Amino acid sequence: MTTAVATAARRARRRKLNEGFVALVFLAPAMLGFAVFYFRPTVLGFWNSLTDKELLRPRSKYVGLENYRTMIDDDVFWNALWVTVQYVAMNIGVQTVAAIGIAWILERLSGSRVMRTLVLTPWLMSNVVVALLFLFILDFRLGVANAFLGWLGVGAIPFLSSATWAMPSIALINVWRHMGYTALLLFAGLQTIPKDVKEAALIDGCGERQRFFRVILPLLRPVLAVVMVITLIGSFQIFDTIDVTTEGGPVNATRVIYLYIFDQAFARRNFGYASAMSVVLFAILGAVTLLQMRLLRANESDLA
Amino acid sequence: MNPARLAARLRRATPGDVVLWTCVAILLVVTLFPFYWSLKTALSTNASIPGNSRSLLPGEWTLSGFERALGLSSTEEAIAAGGSGGEINFVRALVNSLIVSTMVTVGQVTCCAMAAYAFARMHFPGRDKLFFLLLTSLMIPPIFTLLPNFLWVQDRGWLNTYVGIAAPRLLMTPFAIFFLRQFFLSIPWEIEEAASIDGAGRFRSFFQIIVPMAASPIATLSVLTFIEQWNDYLWPKLVGQEENVRVLTTSLGNFRSQTPQGTPDWSGLMAATWVSALPVLILLLLVGKRLINSIQFSGIK
Repeated sequence: MTTAVATAARRARRRKLNEGFVALVFLAPAMLGFAVFYFRPTVLGFWNSLTDKELLRPRSKYVGLENYRTMIDDDVFWNALWVTVQYVAMNIGVQTVAAIGIAWILERLSGSRVMRTLVLTPWLMSNVVVALLFLFILDFRLGVANAFLGWLGVGAIPFLSSATWAMPSIALINVWRHMGYTALLLFAGLQTIPKDVKEAALIDGCGERQRFFRVILPLLRPVLAVVMVITLIGSFQIFDTIDVTTEGGPVNATRVIYLYIFDQAFARRNFGYASAMSVVLFAILGAVTLLQMRLLRANESDLA
Repeated sequence: MNPARLAARLRRATPGDVVLWTCVAILLVVTLFPFYWSLKTALSTNASIPGNSRSLLPGEWTLSGFERALGLSSTEEAIAAGGSGGEINFVRALVNSLIVSTMVTVGQVTCCAMAAYAFARMHFPGRDKLFFLLLTSLMIPPIFTLLPNFLWVQDRGWLNTYVGIAAPRLLMTPFAIFFLRQFFLSIPWEIEEAASIDGAGRFRSFFQIIVPMAASPIATLSVLTFIEQWNDYLWPKLVGQEENVRVLTTSLGNFRSQTPQGTPDWSGLMAATWVSALPVLILLLLVGKRLINSIQFSGIK
């Protein structure tokens, strides 16, 4: 009897070991990718930020917080942060409002699949394609945007070539690309609000507007919080559109943080300094996430 | 709908309906106009573009923009029609994009499906900690890992190779593992138990039961992975600038430096953007429904 139990236990243990081995086989390729392209560079990123590493120079030495000190006195860095924040504010502000509107339209159309597919299309285009489309539309001389403004009797606007207009233009280009996608996420959130809650508001004699602002929007808050965190973090990392349209110009008007890190690392070869800036970006994004979740009280739902 | 019924419906329309349909119309125009405008430009001769920006139709119709983008016209013809003579033959780039995106899609989806299965179904020491580590890595901004990854790929001598361009996503992205794990968790245990009684090992049970049952999410993930790789710009720009490996996004993004003076070949460029958008549009038509459901389900990125 005891031997039988012992044998069974031994067999079970052996199977567990085998299972561990089989699991290893299943995990190995993906975990190799994770170790080499995610884990290793994350650790190295922090380390490099404390060195004077340069591209194409094999040796580098530990310099402590020197790179971070340089950053404090670097006006271009602060400017980059400031323009990035401006971009994010314009982009997320307009985009969120537009997305809520589109989500409302989708809801009213009972989630028409054709409509959902259509609004998603811009998001599936690459940033480069979108940037090129708008580069032509917003072209000072040949663009249809200025032709339209001319028809309205307004003077032509140098959308992408003036320091004043470049950033708002780029922010709106990306609103165009992302608003449908964001709307789909919000629409999915709307589906989680029970029908009887929505209908009860109607029966109680709420107008459409009141129903939307007093009932639907507050109930959507947890979803809205998560969606805003996702889109905000994405927005901070704007690069492609600017690289194709203005390349950071005019002067530094659109030199956002990603562009500046990229410049420092690859054009000026200051790898250590670029790493330090990406550490700061990492920290900012982490803080923004925490803060936003806290402010919008994402974890609490009014439905519970 | 016959006119009488339409009229009846219109009479019944409330102010709310009018607002709604106005919004729908605006949304459609805003979404579709840039696509339409670039198509119109792609079908115009470059000479007819100035002075025609108020017309919805090309001034002079031509397919030569597409011919130049696809390398079907001779250099002299291209220079004559393109004006500045910048190289806009995108065939090579199109092939490169196809190769890299296919490599990444096949590699990543296969490896991640296997890993996701292990996370969903197997017991091994440290499983939950490892999964948590994957979760946290989603928080890291891509540029953070991009810098050391560039040095690593450079040290391997992989600059300007397909492997170098594909490398960071060839084996995994944390997202792909989460996405599939979620589906694997929802497949009932009993099915696999029955198979294991019949003597099927983990490998057989994975390939013959789990994969076929999860065919739909795996297809969706493949499409998403393909499109994401197809659209990727920053990494390929860094590691693959040489013409024999350069992908479409990089080539399109380069056009400015290629036409430093004067006006770009807008007709050819707009044709090229359509060429590069077309595979994505086709995929969208084929699997649009699944794609939309999966986005609502997961909130990618």
